[in-house]
Amino acid sequence: MFRYTKLTALREALVWLVTLAGLLPLYILVVTSLKSDQEALTTSAIAPPTSIDFGAFVEVLTTTGRNSIPMSILNSVIITAGAIFGLVLLGSVAAYVIARRTRTWSTLTYYLVLIAIILPAQLGTVPLYIGARTVGLTGNALGMILLWIGILLPLSVFLYASFFRGMTTEYEEAAVIDGASPTQAFFRVVLPLMSPATGTVAILAGLIVWNDFFNSLIFLGGSETQTLPVAMYTYVGGLVSAWNKIFAVVIISMIPILVFYMFAQKRFIQGFAGGLKG
Amino acid sequence: MPVTMQESTRSITVPPTARNTPPPRRRGSKPLLQFGHWWWALPAIALVIGVHYIATLTGGFFAFTNWTGLGDWDFIGLENFERIFQDPQLLGAVWNTLFLAFASVILTNVFGLLYALAINRMLKSRYILRTLLFMPVVLSPLAVAYVWKFIFQFNGPLNGLLGFLGLEELQKVWLADPVWSIWAILITVVWQQTGFVMVIYLAGLASVPVEVEEAAALDGAGIWGRFRHVTVPAIRPSIAIATTLGIIQGLRIFDQILALTGGGPAGATETLATEVYKQAFSLGQFGFGSALALVLTVIILVFAVLQQYVTRDRSVGKV
Repeated sequence: MFRYTKLTALREALVWLVTLAGLLPLYILVVTSLKSDQEALTTSAIAPPTSIDFGAFVEVLTTTGRNSIPMSILNSVIITAGAIFGLVLLGSVAAYVIARRTRTWSTLTYYLVLIAIILPAQLGTVPLYIGARTVGLTGNALGMILLWIGILLPLSVFLYASFFRGMTTEYEEAAVIDGASPTQAFFRVVLPLMSPATGTVAILAGLIVWNDFFNSLIFLGGSETQTLPVAMYTYVGGLVSAWNKIFAVVIISMIPILVFYMFAQKRFIQGFAGGLKG
Repeated sequence: MPVTMQESTRSITVPPTARNTPPPRRRGSKPLLQFGHWWWALPAIALVIGVHYIATLTGGFFAFTNWTGLGDWDFIGLENFERIFQDPQLLGAVWNTLFLAFASVILTNVFGLLYALAINRMLKSRYILRTLLFMPVVLSPLAVAYVWKFIFQFNGPLNGLLGFLGLEELQKVWLADPVWSIWAILITVVWQQTGFVMVIYLAGLASVPVEVEEAAALDGAGIWGRFRHVTVPAIRPSIAIATTLGIIQGLRIFDQILALTGGGPAGATETLATEVYKQAFSLGQFGFGSALALVLTVIILVFAVLQQYVTRDRSVGKV
């Protein structure tokens, strides 16, 4: 009895109007970044640029020195990729033995992981910083990768464990009967079957690590190694009202994520709706 | 082989001597089918214990000391907490933290649910609308805050719009205004998070059978009646998830404040998260900063548990 009527069409038009109005800030972001220095200061925020000027992007991408934007992009890529790799590797093997074994220790470990998800991270930041500083893991990418693996492992183990629980053991049995060792059975048979879980872990962890500002600010503060958000913060702090340049940095920081989002938006949305509610 | 086959039941019997099953295994021997090696879990266990449990416990201990990162320190009991609750600036930070968390949860849930209801049924373009509205969620909070900083600045688009509407008397320096700056932060957060809440509600609404809604409509239930008695009971788990996650996220808002106001003007937009950062890492007061972090942690845990209790399914045990 619910049919597409004129009223529904009206509702659809209304929703589009609201959505486009809501996305106006992103429109302002794009048009301002494409304006020249002079135009960015004088023209209306919603006016399109008279001629498209990539000057702001060129200037941002040729910065040098400690807060060089290109260097910070490289650092962010290294840290994000390293963290995802570690989280997929350590999280999947740990979740596999936890999910497949029915001993007391595996149940206890599972609860250990679950409680760590709920435990707020704020209180541990100071001791972690001091510990990392003592062993020389602040101010470099390796320390940051290890920190992220530690912080996000509970989420990774939890997501993998729930996937493993829903998978039959028949594939592993077949592999073992064909003579595969436990390691071969896992990496050649089980893990490839787990690619939806791997995708969810990679998307959630990648977003959290790439967008993080707080932890990078603390653990990389004042060092040569900066991630993109921290470099952006410092760079913007040195600019007064040069909004075309500020927005060029902002857009550069958004592009990698938006590209992934375009290709895998369904995965992103399902990952968020399903993954974070755990 | 003495196999007996009875026509009536078609059962096959194999005598014990001919069976090829292995003898019962002794305890401790290797199982026939091994799922990985047990030590595969060790790196994860060590990292989780180290990064989550030991760090948090140590932080809890630091909260009762006056450690400054180097040199001697003393165990000073509750002194840090007395200082927090006597300092009007820090008490203000506690209130700001709670205000941002609750106001953002209420607004994102109202807008997110309305939007989810609006696009849930029959809209032809609901998938593209969903993709568009979810987009801000994946962006960096810091980057989003800079966009809004531009909008809120004195000669920015917001004041421009007010001037266009002839409301010049409402124009102000939003981010330097002791009253309005926190609302500017709130708007920034709500704009970014509404898509996330919407997606949770869309997942919940997908579980409402259209037949039940149609039946209710045939029985004369209006839009409000259908919402109140059909939709809400079905999406109760979604409400619990969206509000709990929102509270937890809202209590730790940090990036947006640092980008928009830096805690100013005169501390009007400080929250516990920004104060933890300033006390512990800018001023090197590790003990005092940990005490603030402990207050924040307790608040987060209390509200997370309370939220679970309030929004859990009450249909059980009730009529």
